[in-house]
Amino acid sequence: MLAMNYRGPRRVRIDSKPYPEIKHPEDAIVRVTRSCICGSDLHLYNGNVPDTRVGSTFGHEFIGIVEEVGPEVHKLKIGDQVLVPFNIACGKCSFCQQGLYGNCHESNTEATAVGGIFGYSHTAGGFDGGQAEFVRVPYANFGPTVIPPGMDPDDAVLLTDVVPTGYQAAEMGGIQPGDTVVVFGAGPVGIMAARCSWLFGAGRVIVIDQVDYRLEFVRNYAPCEAYNFNEMDDPVVFVKKITDWMGADVCIDAVGAEAAGSPLQTITGRKLLLQAGSATALHWAINSVKKGGIVSVVGVYGPTDNLVPIGNVVNKGLTIRANQASVKRLLPRLIDHIQNGILAPKALITHRVPLEDVADAYNIFANKLDNCIKPVLIPPSARS
Amino acid sequence: METIETLAQKYTHIRGWGIDADPKNDPTYPIKNRTDAEQRGYSWQRPTQQPIDTEVLRSIERPNVSAVFGTSVPPTGLSGQIRRFAFRFSESEYGHWLPLLLADRVNVVEGLIDDVRQGIVPNIFAEKGMLADWKYNRKNLLQHVLIGAVVTTTILTIMSRTKGPGRA
Ligand SMILES: [Zn+2]
Ligand SMILES: [Zn+2]
Repeated sequence: MLAMNYRGPRRVRIDSKPYPEIKHPEDAIVRVTRSCICGSDLHLYNGNVPDTRVGSTFGHEFIGIVEEVGPEVHKLKIGDQVLVPFNIACGKCSFCQQGLYGNCHESNTEATAVGGIFGYSHTAGGFDGGQAEFVRVPYANFGPTVIPPGMDPDDAVLLTDVVPTGYQAAEMGGIQPGDTVVVFGAGPVGIMAARCSWLFGAGRVIVIDQVDYRLEFVRNYAPCEAYNFNEMDDPVVFVKKITDWMGADVCIDAVGAEAAGSPLQTITGRKLLLQAGSATALHWAINSVKKGGIVSVVGVYGPTDNLVPIGNVVNKGLTIRANQASVKRLLPRLIDHIQNGILAPKALITHRVPLEDVADAYNIFANKLDNCIKPVLIPPSARS
Repeated sequence: METIETLAQKYTHIRGWGIDADPKNDPTYPIKNRTDAEQRGYSWQRPTQQPIDTEVLRSIERPNVSAVFGTSVPPTGLSGQIRRFAFRFSESEYGHWLPLLLADRVNVVEGLIDDVRQGIVPNIFAEKGMLADWKYNRKNLLQHVLIGAVVTTTILTIMSRTKGPGRA
């Protein structure tokens, strides 16, 4: 089968790889019909996530058709069209029982902070991902969800990560009716977080990014105020100024370790690798929120230390809430929202690329070429 | 199951125990749905263990291998040795993460050697997706190619100069 193959920082290609095996009685094999490249894949692509082994296949956002099931799989049958949450969750462990499906303790042996994630380095369990023709899906009784009849596959694939992560970012903000919410980052997740902030009753939604076409997109899609931080002396002062000098009620970091905007962070984090990426957006979020406010973090950060202004967290009495989205917990509500026309995620998909051209797709997305918001990869068998 | 009532019984000897307890004051809710069963070690009914038929590196912050694991690329070669070393340290130590990053860099070279061994000449232009640059970022690509050409020519010139007298 064809699969994306990581060869080193900023080098990927499509190769022929062995068809995946059922290795556990609750495994299923899924024939991929669509997979996305995610902003967090760029941390892997740039070589910033420890234990990203050469020969790995990325891709944690995919949908497909059940091709084969293990002997203990009874919730799925061959031919089912499924969307597969990016987190691999057993449904049984202490954390899954609390609905913390992003923190499952039975899906990742190599680290305890994060659960298993498809195609996200050996630090997240070493599972091959969905940027391939077929993929092994563990715990098939629990994670995969049959796509409701009539749902557009482009909407379905965004339910595997982008929509729940954006929604949970807003949820963790504890937004109260009328609150001012500032979202740092106008990537797909930031766009979705801005849109979802309204669902929690926000009174004002502001997005800050540095790429004009993304700002234009979110302004129309969310709909919200959107500003370019390159046109500000200081984003923190800017936020204070437009919030009556108080700061925002809620700040959302939807950027993570690839943040631009601070030379010191960029050099120490992304060039010298002294910290796992740059924490610029988090820094701004903590300093832009009002006292007693809430900072919600869904941007991906690496495992080692970051230059986080922790003193300010204490002095300002902040609540910081952060997590990987518990996709499975949120799916029923989000499926309703899509079916009722409240959310229309597929509009985010700007590029449809044959799986064979995965290297070009990564380059386009990583370097924000051709006004790209979200690229989706289509394997040969799913093209007609 | 320890409810607030049974807990209160347990702590009757402490005056005022739980007097201000407010279950609603929980910033982790609803992200975390509290249950009575949490924080009690490995007490859940564990899923079937995936047969451990490959070398799985395990965090020393857990007592066992998770019921399911990926390990799609088991550790090999020098990078594998560095990774094994890294897994002697906990996740809170640089001794864990920095060797892993080093192993990743070593692994890239191993990947190149592997390719050549299998008769594959890696097409770096394609692997970097530079066809996309040609389409959407041509100016930048040409600049890079130009800088590359200048650097290569300069190096070749210096080398031929330093070699020159030696040969003569
Ligand atoms: Zn993602
Ligand atoms: Zn679990």
